[in-house]
Amino acid sequence: MENKIAKASCGTMESSDAYMELEPVAGATQIELQSVVEHQFGESIRALAAQMLAEEGIENVRLSIIDRGALECTLRARLETLIGRAREGGSAHA
Amino acid sequence: MDKVVKTLREAIQLAGVKDGSRVSFHHHLRNGDYVLNMVMDEIASMGYKDISVNASSLFDCHLPLADHIKNGVVTELITDYMSGGFGAAISEGILEKPVQFRTHGGRPADIIKGVTPIDVAFIAAPTADTMGNLTGKIGKSACGSLGYAFADAMCAKKVVVITDNLVPHPLAMRSIDETYVDYVVEVEAIGNPAGIVSGTTKITRDPVGLVMAQTAANVIKASGLLKDGFSFQTGAGGATLAAAQFLKEIMLKEGIKGSFGCGGITGYMVDMLNEGCFQSLIDVQCFDLKAVESIRTNPNHTEVSAMHYASPDAKSAAVDSLDVVLLGATEIDTDFNVNVHTDSNGRIMGGSGGHSDTAAGAKLAMIIAPLSRARLPIVTDHVFCKSTPGSTIDVLVTQKGVAVNPARPELAAKLKEGGIKVVDIFELKEAAEKLCGMPKPLVKGDRVLADIIYRDGTLLDRIYNVR
Repeated sequence: MENKIAKASCGTMESSDAYMELEPVAGATQIELQSVVEHQFGESIRALAAQMLAEEGIENVRLSIIDRGALECTLRARLETLIGRAREGGSAHA
Repeated sequence: MDKVVKTLREAIQLAGVKDGSRVSFHHHLRNGDYVLNMVMDEIASMGYKDISVNASSLFDCHLPLADHIKNGVVTELITDYMSGGFGAAISEGILEKPVQFRTHGGRPADIIKGVTPIDVAFIAAPTADTMGNLTGKIGKSACGSLGYAFADAMCAKKVVVITDNLVPHPLAMRSIDETYVDYVVEVEAIGNPAGIVSGTTKITRDPVGLVMAQTAANVIKASGLLKDGFSFQTGAGGATLAAAQFLKEIMLKEGIKGSFGCGGITGYMVDMLNEGCFQSLIDVQCFDLKAVESIRTNPNHTEVSAMHYASPDAKSAAVDSLDVVLLGATEIDTDFNVNVHTDSNGRIMGGSGGHSDTAAGAKLAMIIAPLSRARLPIVTDHVFCKSTPGSTIDVLVTQKGVAVNPARPELAAKLKEGGIKVVDIFELKEAAEKLCGMPKPLVKGDRVLADIIYRDGTLLDRIYNVR
């Protein structure tokens, strides 16, 4: 699969949603998370993001997530969209 | 002779404030209040230390008080409620002694009994005369009822009235009278009208909120309590207001004439009064302009003291005659204990107010809450802190069904008969956890931030820091 990544974003800042950005970087992959449920779900959100990037074979990116208490299914859907947009040459809000 | 003194500083001196004094404030000016800060800034500038502040509630506008705590001017805090910004400061541990949280009924009871004596009460008065007769119903800073200030006025050793509308004696429309007042101070403004009362309190448009509200109204109908003489209290939250709206529709359609609406009063309760759903409103605090206008002009809309509203020591209080109360929760556990003091991260952002008073008094105490908020289940094994004991809560209404306290099997039977989807509270907990995942629980530290004192004076729970 083509793994060329351009800067992309998706999601919203609404409660129970998440806003995410993905961009290529020179070094190792960094995942930055700000979450209203950091204490309760921070670890599992980071693990989910790392797993989805690995499954797609995406490396050398910076992923930032501002999580407003999104359910796991919402986070998965947003990550999938984000990765798709980044591969299509990047876009902001579609 | 009159009681007017030229400056606040002079009044503080005459009232005898000194190191260790216990001063009090009421919160009808809500997040627009200038008086608490004005007085505490002056007390601080006069060099006094170790002051105990007893305020019926604290809002984010009172954040300057946090600085007086940090520098030792204030060393004790007694209140019924604090909003999130102020609560966050307290949650950082700036106050050495635990905050004493009481209820709106327990506070005046303890003031009257002498458990929490007051040396000087500072009363913010939207209108006062030169001898100290005062009212909240008129003036540019009108806030309506002054219910929480009565015990302070009656029991404090000295009473200082602070007004931005000084009128000649005698003020005819008075709620607290001159027999209690020592000094009157005129100031430019006692509050910011924009923060005192909201223009309108909005009903929710959130579909989940509307489902819960309709269910709550259906539960009230099915309970059998909705008949002539019905009495009712609701909070000002979006979903509880929507429930009141649905309830009004049922009452009007079926021609039910209730007896009274109670509590903090909004325009929606005023509409119910005017449309004949109630004979009268029993008002300890006005939440919006429509309520202020109504209490000023409608003799059936009555101001009551906090004792009359909710004191457990009163020979009778309004809450003792309540049929139904609708309440919120940040968490509720499987024993129906409710938390309204802390948020999902254990930070203080509320307080009982009248929550546990009305739950104890009402025949049907109902919690309205969604299954989860921002990925956090509302039903938990144990609440982080107990604000209202589960033994006084009858029903939890969510969008996925209604859980009835197992101690009330006859109520569960009635609701089922009325077509309500009654579910076990454990089912609601499981449904939420399935949706959200299992949250990692908060771990309590060993620092006590606040004591939660139940309306009967017993220690109900403690709020600890989070590790």
